[in-house]
Amino acid sequence: MIKFDAVSKRYEGSVDALSSVSFELADSDMSFLTGHSGAGKSTLMKLIMLMERPSQGQVFVNGANLNRASKRQIPYVRRGVGVVFQNHQLLFDRNVFDNVALPLTIAGFSPREVGRRVRAALSKVGLGDKEKKFPVALSGGEQQRVGIARAVVNKPPVLLADEPTGNLDPELSREVMNLFDQFNQVGVCVLIATHDLELVRTMGKRELVLRQGRLISGGDV
Amino acid sequence: MKGAGATVAVTGKADRLRSWLAHHQRVFVSTLSELLSRPVASLMTWLVIGIALALPMILYVMLENASMVSGDWAGKPRVSLYLVRDVTVSTRQALVRNIESQEGVDQVLFVSSSDALEQFQHRSGFGDVLSTLDRNPLPHVVEVVPNSNDPLNLTTMIAGWEAIPAVERVSVDLAWLERLFALLSFAERLVLAIAVVLALGVMLIMGNTIRLAIENRRQEIVVIKLVGGTDAFVRRPFLYLGFWYGLGGAVIAFILVQASLLFLSGPVETLAQSYRDDFALQGPGFFGNLLFLLAGSMLGVAGSVLSVSRHLAEIEPT
Repeated sequence: MIKFDAVSKRYEGSVDALSSVSFELADSDMSFLTGHSGAGKSTLMKLIMLMERPSQGQVFVNGANLNRASKRQIPYVRRGVGVVFQNHQLLFDRNVFDNVALPLTIAGFSPREVGRRVRAALSKVGLGDKEKKFPVALSGGEQQRVGIARAVVNKPPVLLADEPTGNLDPELSREVMNLFDQFNQVGVCVLIATHDLELVRTMGKRELVLRQGRLISGGDV
Repeated sequence: MKGAGATVAVTGKADRLRSWLAHHQRVFVSTLSELLSRPVASLMTWLVIGIALALPMILYVMLENASMVSGDWAGKPRVSLYLVRDVTVSTRQALVRNIESQEGVDQVLFVSSSDALEQFQHRSGFGDVLSTLDRNPLPHVVEVVPNSNDPLNLTTMIAGWEAIPAVERVSVDLAWLERLFALLSFAERLVLAIAVVLALGVMLIMGNTIRLAIENRRQEIVVIKLVGGTDAFVRRPFLYLGFWYGLGGAVIAFILVQASLLFLSGPVETLAQSYRDDFALQGPGFFGNLLFLLAGSMLGVAGSVLSVSRHLAEIEPT
């Protein structure tokens, strides 16, 4: 779960990127985060990932108060949050299997367990036959799905996606969204930042709307 | 933060330890194969490190050999007591016994004037000239080897011997020994200074090499950090890389040292044998070499640690 309690973030010498944002997403929630560029979507995501720290207020992820997380604890917080990036962030010198296996290797799973989970995740995203391929040999949509498999492979309670459909055509976008929906069905808390308002509407999920750093809709009062 | 970690925890402590070891093992092998996959570039780095390590090592081996040769004289300055010409047999026997019984005396050797003459004829090549003399010009000598080379002790002992009526003159050749030791300890310092400077150089080379490796893998580091890799996990491959660079450099240095010893042993032994007949150039020995390889590897790791601690923190996902 994710909880923001009156969170503000001000970058040095700039206006507030976020001001007094409060909301709570339960374990079973799937929500969209929308708003124009510069409205604070990225900042909000970065706060959950501990890539940034709030100037004010408190962020809770999976029951932990991130304000109290020391630098050493950051990796362990991140292991509880799967992230899908717009630019995939795949490693091009390793094959699909090794890309997806990375979070498991880091967390110290045994090779057998790694193999089992990676194959399960890849077949879940429909890439069961591509594990030996290198990312360059894949299409944009396939690369995105490798990124999704990597984000969910260690079964994190929270899944974030930053513009996951940004480079995909509508059909592929819908497929990706359906994948997220399936993860949500099994109890993963999903938060998706997107521009694609059309898609958001058709999905019929909760929508958090940011405007100039303020949460104008979908939050808690 | 226990809660957050626990949700994705691996089964148990033993599992975690096993996979930690497995990762070390994997990185240990993968970093080496990475270096071997670019043999020319790696060899260049190994050569640079090897040369930097070999120079102080060769100097050190030479110095060790020099101190080994001089070591035979080191603890034992010889004192010669020249006896008065007309000393009686009983007096000199009593004298030898007396000195032998003194504390701080290791060895006493009586060289009669006729023995001395014979030796002198033998060694100096003046045999013919000496034989024309109508009498032996050499006195009896008592050679004393004290068991300490403490100058203060020695001075008191010498003063005691000088006071003996049967002793005409006491000669001790300390000055040149002192000079030799001063020279050797100077050389030792010099070698140490050179070694320290070159070790620093090796660490800087390591640091730079590792910095480039980090730069090359920036993207990978960012991704690893994003999916929850600890600093130790990110650091590990670079430390092993440093280890392999150091070890490879030390192996090159080892080969260079052995080659130089082979190259130098001929002339050095010829030179040394004109003074002593049992000299052979000694290498660093098995444990010396082992220690040297270990030191090289550790230097590589140390350089890597410095570089990693400086550059890795700069790479954070943004």
